[in-house]
Amino acid sequence: MTYLMRRLATFPLVLLGVSILVFVAIRMVPGDAITAMLGTEAGLLTPQQRQSLAAYFGIDQPWLVQYWRWLLGVFQGNLGISVTYGRPVLDVILERFPLTLELALMSMIIALAVGVPAGIFAATRNERPSDLGVRVIAMIGQSTPSFVLGLLIIYTLSAGFGVLPAMGAFVPLWQDPLRNLGQLILPALTLGFAFAASVTRISRSAMLDVLSDDYVRTARSKGASARSVIWRHALPNALIPVVTLSGIEFGYLLGGAVIVEQVFALPGLGRMVLDAILQRDYALVQGCVLFIAFNFMIINLLVDLAYVLLDPRIRLGEQ
Amino acid sequence: MVYRTGRLLSGIALAAMVGIATVSTQASAATLHMAWSQDATGLDPHKQTAFSSLRLLELVYEPLVRLDAQLQIVPAIADSWQFSKDAKELTFKLNPKAKFQNGAAVTAADVKASFERILDEKTGAAARANFLSIASIDTPDTTTVVFHLSQPDVPILTAMSDVNAAIVPASEIAAGSIGIKAVGSGPFKLDKWDPNAKEVLSANKDWAGGPTGVDGIEISVLPDEASILAAMRAKQVDFALLNDPLVATLVPKEPTLQLNREPVLAYHVLQLNPSRKPMTELKVRQAISCAIDRQEVLDTASLGEGKVTGPLTIPALATDPSALFCYKRDVEKAKKLMAEAGHADGFSATVIGATGEPPTAAAEAQVIQSQLAEIGIKLDIKMMELNVYVDAWLKGDFDMAIALNGGRADPYTMYNRYWTKAGNLQKVANYIDDTLDSLMQKGRVETDPAERKATFGEFEKHLAEVSPWIWLYTSYSYTAQQKNVEGFVPTPTGTLFSLAKVTVKQ
Repeated sequence: MTYLMRRLATFPLVLLGVSILVFVAIRMVPGDAITAMLGTEAGLLTPQQRQSLAAYFGIDQPWLVQYWRWLLGVFQGNLGISVTYGRPVLDVILERFPLTLELALMSMIIALAVGVPAGIFAATRNERPSDLGVRVIAMIGQSTPSFVLGLLIIYTLSAGFGVLPAMGAFVPLWQDPLRNLGQLILPALTLGFAFAASVTRISRSAMLDVLSDDYVRTARSKGASARSVIWRHALPNALIPVVTLSGIEFGYLLGGAVIVEQVFALPGLGRMVLDAILQRDYALVQGCVLFIAFNFMIINLLVDLAYVLLDPRIRLGEQ
Repeated sequence: MVYRTGRLLSGIALAAMVGIATVSTQASAATLHMAWSQDATGLDPHKQTAFSSLRLLELVYEPLVRLDAQLQIVPAIADSWQFSKDAKELTFKLNPKAKFQNGAAVTAADVKASFERILDEKTGAAARANFLSIASIDTPDTTTVVFHLSQPDVPILTAMSDVNAAIVPASEIAAGSIGIKAVGSGPFKLDKWDPNAKEVLSANKDWAGGPTGVDGIEISVLPDEASILAAMRAKQVDFALLNDPLVATLVPKEPTLQLNREPVLAYHVLQLNPSRKPMTELKVRQAISCAIDRQEVLDTASLGEGKVTGPLTIPALATDPSALFCYKRDVEKAKKLMAEAGHADGFSATVIGATGEPPTAAAEAQVIQSQLAEIGIKLDIKMMELNVYVDAWLKGDFDMAIALNGGRADPYTMYNRYWTKAGNLQKVANYIDDTLDSLMQKGRVETDPAERKATFGEFEKHLAEVSPWIWLYTSYSYTAQQKNVEGFVPTPTGTLFSLAKVTVKQ
């Protein structure tokens, strides 16, 4: 409990650091909301016109003043107003987040459901042709860029069969579950394929390590069945690196899978951050990055807690 | 210049269209499903300049006049218009049937308030520079507006056809809600806008232009154009806007799809910076012009999808580009000019381009890089994110720049920003030339079409000779549609306004 409290206490400091970094970084990039909106036509503005637009976008004050105002808002639960959406940043993020969360969960389920059994299968058949086959497939999965796989799936379905799940207008799960799953299954497969490949490789190597440990040999010599040795004795220990990998990958996915969202035209968090950067929607970029960082910290904490469940020998927070 | 014949013709055309609409509405789909890769960036018609914003807003808002497919000025909110003899007074009669989507009639007061908003520096209106000759605006009655100009300004009428000069309700201006709500007088109402995801438009039953061909338009933002093509194959999308020639050229291979290709006014150009050595020297700039094979750039970077052009891209004014200075590649002449300028061994320079804007930018830079290498110019290509590029471009902070610059239906409006002494983008062009300036001023006040053509022809010839920029080619605007979509008319401005009368047969 003390460990949990200590970890939670570090959250505000980390978030403060993240917010300063993002605030400065986005403003150091040349161009601003005015050039993002007007493009080269911004050159036609008179100084007074530019000043008026800067005031409209809230970028007419010195950086420190802008940051202070924003920070005060954050303490009051207000992440600012998005100039693109004309709405509170938090509302916009929470509107897009369910899609991203659902996509991340589906990809994770696909990856673990495929990757862990495949890794165990390969480890138990070490250096046999079937192990080699799994490793080759995993290598292909890891080295295939998600946009290639995504476009390949889209092309095959549309050109070969004339079908495609509805793109663009996303339907939330609670409105129409079947249509929602139809829209998300292909992007989830695309993301899950690469993720499953990583899980397979790490499960295999972790399982090989564990299978050569003394306690596994002891279990075997005591007459435990092969199935029991693998699933009861070896797997829980082999899962620790898988949990670590899954936590990191899941954290990334919660930040939005930009390329897959782009290819499948899903209005998720990743695409929104990308568009916000391109449109120099400072408040939205800052709000999103803060939100993503918060998610990452929560997941890291959950991963650490999961270690304790998997291996009772681990005591968090002890020197 | 009263638009009476046009009115009669448009009346007949309207009657004909109503007939057609009645027949086809029975078999038409309620909603047109549309897709594009880049979404609108805002709803204020006076501030938005992004191509996709204009395409959305011109379905919702209307200017006083608009341009047809032949770039002729035709009625929009105004029924007719007339210049005074000295071209210093421009009078509009408004269509009494014109109504805003909030039910209020469009009146002269709304027109006056709209132009006052555009001219107010606090607004930050993109097109303000085109209307600086407006000295005052009178509204003798609710349907008459008189613009008093400080000097003869013929191009102002064309500038008024732009959606950046849209008429918005005076009440919305007073309420400060322009850009928050979209209340225009156009054929469609914007029911929902989820930025970078989708737009939902419904037909404006009160539109003065008559009934629309579909009950509504649903626009999906599909950022990858290959995905747009896939969605069209799967019949999810009826109509789409495409930017990438590589994707567009695949459309005709699909049996159920049709590609609309229309030459546009925008031009691809290699901008030299004549304030930077050695481009300060005329002979160096001319050598670059002679060393570039424009057709090869077009063929390689854009699969030949376009046409080599001189500075004038407006069909009615364009001349044969082959007659312009060094439009036939002449490497020997280029080398000779370089030697005469004291740069026989060449020099190094950097060319900037925006990633994906246009999609052909990097390829154009690469072809030019290899062509200029033949005369000893070593080009370093620097591709940048669009806003970073725009920032450098506006500051004139480049040796050379690959650009796709927007065209206008009038050469004065198109080029006064660069090639007049008071041009707002003088800093970008970095080149002052008395001849160009005086020809621009002459063309601005000239009302005789033949004289105007001659003046701008001279302007074009001189501009190609002094070569501050190397004009390359104009490309096409692409729209793809299912073959059961009927009635779309592509235009050189790229407007999608004719979607107002499009029908979708079941």
